[in-house]
Amino acid sequence: MNDDLKMQEPSESVDMTDSATTDMPGATSAPKMTARNVDVFYGEKQAIKNVSIDVSMDNVTAFIGPSGCGKSTFLRCMNRMNDTIPIARVTGEIRLEGDDIYAPHMDVVQLRARVGMVFQKPNPFPKSIYDNIAYGPRIHGLATSKDELDHIVESSLQRAGLWGEVKDRLQDSGTALSGGQQQRLCIARAIAVDPEVILMDEPCSALDPIATAKIEELIHELRGKYAIVIVTHNMQQAARVSQKTAFFHLGTLVEYGETTEIFTNPREEKTRDYITGRYG
Amino acid sequence: MNSLTEAKRQPTDWQGPAMQKRIARRYAAERRFKAMGFGAILLSAGFLAFLLVVMVGNGFRGFTQTELPLEIDFPAATGGASPSEFEGPNGNTNLQALGLRDIVDSSIEIQYGDDGTELFSPGGWTTVSAMILADPKIVEQKVTFDLPVASDIDVAYKDSGNDEAEAKVAEYSNQFSTGFNWNFLSNSDATDPMQVGIWGAFKGSLITMIVTLLLAFPVGVLTALYLEEYAPTNRLTDLIEVSINNLAAVPSIIFGLLGLAVFLNFFGMPRSGALVGGLTLALMTMPVIVISGRNAVKAVPPSIREAALGIGASPLQVVFHHVLPLALPGILTGTIIGMARALGETAPLLMIGMRAFIATPPSGITDPATVLPVQIFLWSDEVDRGFVEKTSAAIIVLLLFLLMMNALAIYLRNRFETRW
Amino acid sequence: MTSTTLLFLVLGLGLVAWFFGRLKAASLQTSGTSSRSALHSLPTYHGWYVALWAIVPAAVFLTVWSFVSPAMITDAALTSSAASQLPQDGFSRAAILSEARAIAYGYQVNAFNPLSQSMVEPYREAISYYQMIGAVAALLLVFACGVYAWLRIKPDLRARTKIERVTMFVLLLASLIAIVTTVGIFLSLVFESARFFSMVSPIDFLFGTEWNPKAVAGPRGETGFGAIPLFWGTVFIGAIIAMIVAIPLGLLSAIYLTQYAPAKFRSWMKPILEVLAGVPTVVYGYFAALTVAPALRDFAVSIGISGASSESALAAGVVMGIMIIPFVSSMADDSIAAVPNAMRDGSLAMGATQSETIKKVLIPAALPGVVGGVLLAVSRAIGETMIVVMAAGLAANMTANPFSSVTTVTTQIVQLLTGDQEFDSPKTLAAFALGLVLFIVTLLLNLIALRVVKKYREAYE
Repeated sequence: MNDDLKMQEPSESVDMTDSATTDMPGATSAPKMTARNVDVFYGEKQAIKNVSIDVSMDNVTAFIGPSGCGKSTFLRCMNRMNDTIPIARVTGEIRLEGDDIYAPHMDVVQLRARVGMVFQKPNPFPKSIYDNIAYGPRIHGLATSKDELDHIVESSLQRAGLWGEVKDRLQDSGTALSGGQQQRLCIARAIAVDPEVILMDEPCSALDPIATAKIEELIHELRGKYAIVIVTHNMQQAARVSQKTAFFHLGTLVEYGETTEIFTNPREEKTRDYITGRYG
Repeated sequence: MNSLTEAKRQPTDWQGPAMQKRIARRYAAERRFKAMGFGAILLSAGFLAFLLVVMVGNGFRGFTQTELPLEIDFPAATGGASPSEFEGPNGNTNLQALGLRDIVDSSIEIQYGDDGTELFSPGGWTTVSAMILADPKIVEQKVTFDLPVASDIDVAYKDSGNDEAEAKVAEYSNQFSTGFNWNFLSNSDATDPMQVGIWGAFKGSLITMIVTLLLAFPVGVLTALYLEEYAPTNRLTDLIEVSINNLAAVPSIIFGLLGLAVFLNFFGMPRSGALVGGLTLALMTMPVIVISGRNAVKAVPPSIREAALGIGASPLQVVFHHVLPLALPGILTGTIIGMARALGETAPLLMIGMRAFIATPPSGITDPATVLPVQIFLWSDEVDRGFVEKTSAAIIVLLLFLLMMNALAIYLRNRFETRW
Repeated sequence: MTSTTLLFLVLGLGLVAWFFGRLKAASLQTSGTSSRSALHSLPTYHGWYVALWAIVPAAVFLTVWSFVSPAMITDAALTSSAASQLPQDGFSRAAILSEARAIAYGYQVNAFNPLSQSMVEPYREAISYYQMIGAVAALLLVFACGVYAWLRIKPDLRARTKIERVTMFVLLLASLIAIVTTVGIFLSLVFESARFFSMVSPIDFLFGTEWNPKAVAGPRGETGFGAIPLFWGTVFIGAIIAMIVAIPLGLLSAIYLTQYAPAKFRSWMKPILEVLAGVPTVVYGYFAALTVAPALRDFAVSIGISGASSESALAAGVVMGIMIIPFVSSMADDSIAAVPNAMRDGSLAMGATQSETIKKVLIPAALPGVVGGVLLAVSRAIGETMIVVMAAGLAANMTANPFSSVTTVTTQIVQLLTGDQEFDSPKTLAAFALGLVLFIVTLLLNLIALRVVKKYREAYE
């Protein structure tokens, strides 16, 4: 899927010829999602100030920063989950493959299928493992027969690295799994609707080190198949899994660049202070 | 990961017509679902509104009475009675001796003919009597009174009645007037719908409520305090809690059976009295007070208790000097709500006999009495159509009272409850 | 003096004792040298100490005395000369004595039986004699105990501790009233039902289909206490018709209010729905009888349904359903709100619409709580009396036609206890048997509902 679309991108995408984007830090191939001058207000309080960023297919992008700096808030803008909060207001432009996701005609239901999300605390539905995975394809009508659905469930679980552990107990409750397994279940569930982007909001912070390692390994494998954005407060994790890193501080995007650059030779002082542990 | 089984999946065509149609259908289902929810709320609130409108519409006219003028020539009828006879404490007895009722009847016959008395309510003379006692000088004059008409004429005038009554309405149509039915608020039960009033039942309700409050409030609050602050975790405490929860869920008629078997049969207390009624309702209201009291006490933060203990207050002093005052608004709110529920209760009181015909208001807690909801029930059974509007009017009074109580509870809650 | 006067006297003396105790303690307080009081407890507590010692033993004595003395009074009256004139037969003897007692106490003025009049004087003598004994003994107790307590006031008397222990005891007593009431309900129901079941077999009662209560058994031994039609009527109105109205309306209202309604709308709509629960049932009953039932009957006649009565199961059931709506909606509201937000977010994040999230994720997750709420609502509905008494009727029918009249357990309880209540007649006792069945069934429903809800709550905590 990814190869086909990549071929089409140069003619569809605006970004390659747009002078604005050639100034954008870090974009090497056509970005999957772009954000320009995004502000987010919770009532009177401004949580995100003028953030512009590109997310591309071949890279895992990490958002890092101290707590409360807005990285999760910005992440939730990317699939319009902030819509569920009545006092939240988003201005600016976020585009998925060139379409403004906040345009009135943009279908939120479709958007959220194309931009999947994995949450901090694993939240499997109180249904069987099979039904957890099958939920998305069922409501979107992605499978026309039971066999197709079975196939989707199996391949999603395989991609998430969970198939071997649960293939004999697909009817067991999703909540009966261990924490790490539940999170991989949630990743499989997101994969099942065939997204283009997967947003991960601190996916490992509720897990033990071994489960964390498994998730990080999984992210490696998924790279390139989906555009992955991961919010993490763990710098070492960001260094391990991502190729691009964005540093947020008090609602602004302070620095964005290659992960190795950010961690060894950051340009901004605030970034350096955070990396070296002066605060955070 | 086994790539052999990982067959290539067709990319989802989000823009294709099939998918767009499906999405459109899903949004339509969404709209329908939301509309159904809104419709359910409208229907529920609509039922309530409908009920209130019907009651008020019917009962509004219960507060008015149709009247006809009657001229009484006192000097001629009484043969020259003097006003001083009717002043002071003997006025009433002298009035009775005078035969006021017959005077009124003969005046009616003079003015309206032999069957004129059919036009008027038989209790109309009490209006004249009250006016004489208020101003005895009128016995020296000819006075015109507006007296209430008979019940079937009243019904015919206000709405539609039997043919005879309709005929009479047509005959005297330009002489009718409508006055406020003060008797409704001051009288008790009677056989003639034009003479009934709710005061007897209302006073009965008041007395019963006072008895209920005096019994249920202390027991309820003390139990709540004990359970929340002092009770050790043991079987006895569990038993108490289970009992409270069960009692709160028992149908009210069972409490009536309890009252009948224990208070009336075993203890031999006087039937139909506010005492037994109050006792029965107190048993029913106490669990409500306990449950809301416990919530109010639970809401007081532990830091208050710790601060008091830190100064060296004893556990009892902590609770009674610190926790109870802070929990009091919540407790009072719960109590008022419980009392409002008790005010509207009918079934248990039917069991213990508070359904007698009470023609005079009760004066003590052992006098036979009735309560407002039971009065409404008894009137609803009456065949005479004139009772329909009176029943609805009594319902209006009951609802107004409940509204006042609930408004008081809400006011207390908003004014005094602190969010910790 | 009468017992109320005596009681007030004792209380008044207790007040005096309070002052004395406090006074003595206060005087001791100032005898200390340091700034700390010499006393362990505040003078008020000492006052209470003396007062309680003065009042409580006397009060206990008076209570016991009031139970014991009537028998002693009667015995004394029976030793009088007039007593030898009384008939031997126990029944008329008791009637004469009770009438004499009523006159002596002043409840009655004239005697129906001349023999009673002759017993009045002995009664009066015995009454005044024993009342005097009681009063003297009580007052002696007040003084003796009061003085004893007063003498015990010393600086190191732990008055406050003792008072607090008494207060704790009072708190415990208050709490025990709940248990006593529950036991009382259970015992009175069981006791009277046992007497009923000695007259009518339980099998006939629980499984009989003919409800035609007679005071005396019919010629073929049939007693007419088959309660099945009543159970059917109760279930038909309360568990079927009322629930058909209440569950959809209650559940959908709760869903709309929690998921779709803006906060302001919810804040005033929720109380309005709660008002439905606050309207007295007699008002609902009148509304059902006055407006709903005739309208339904006219409707039934117009579409040609036979057997339509002006007191119908449908009228009572619909109005009852409306009354129950807040119970269902409030429980559903709580249950849906208890589902963690993460579940809702997880579903929305996958591109589900709100209705899909509600129907496929939230409701299934909240289902135990909703079911618990429905069970509680059913329990409330079957225990409801006034609506069915006023709108459903008295005919013990086993019909499935909602437009005809049926009767329920609660209606029959009221009906049986209207008029003469003889505690020996099976008709009166049948009411208690019905009450017992109702009590057990509602209790079971509540227990099951609470278990279900509790297990569900644990799943999310």
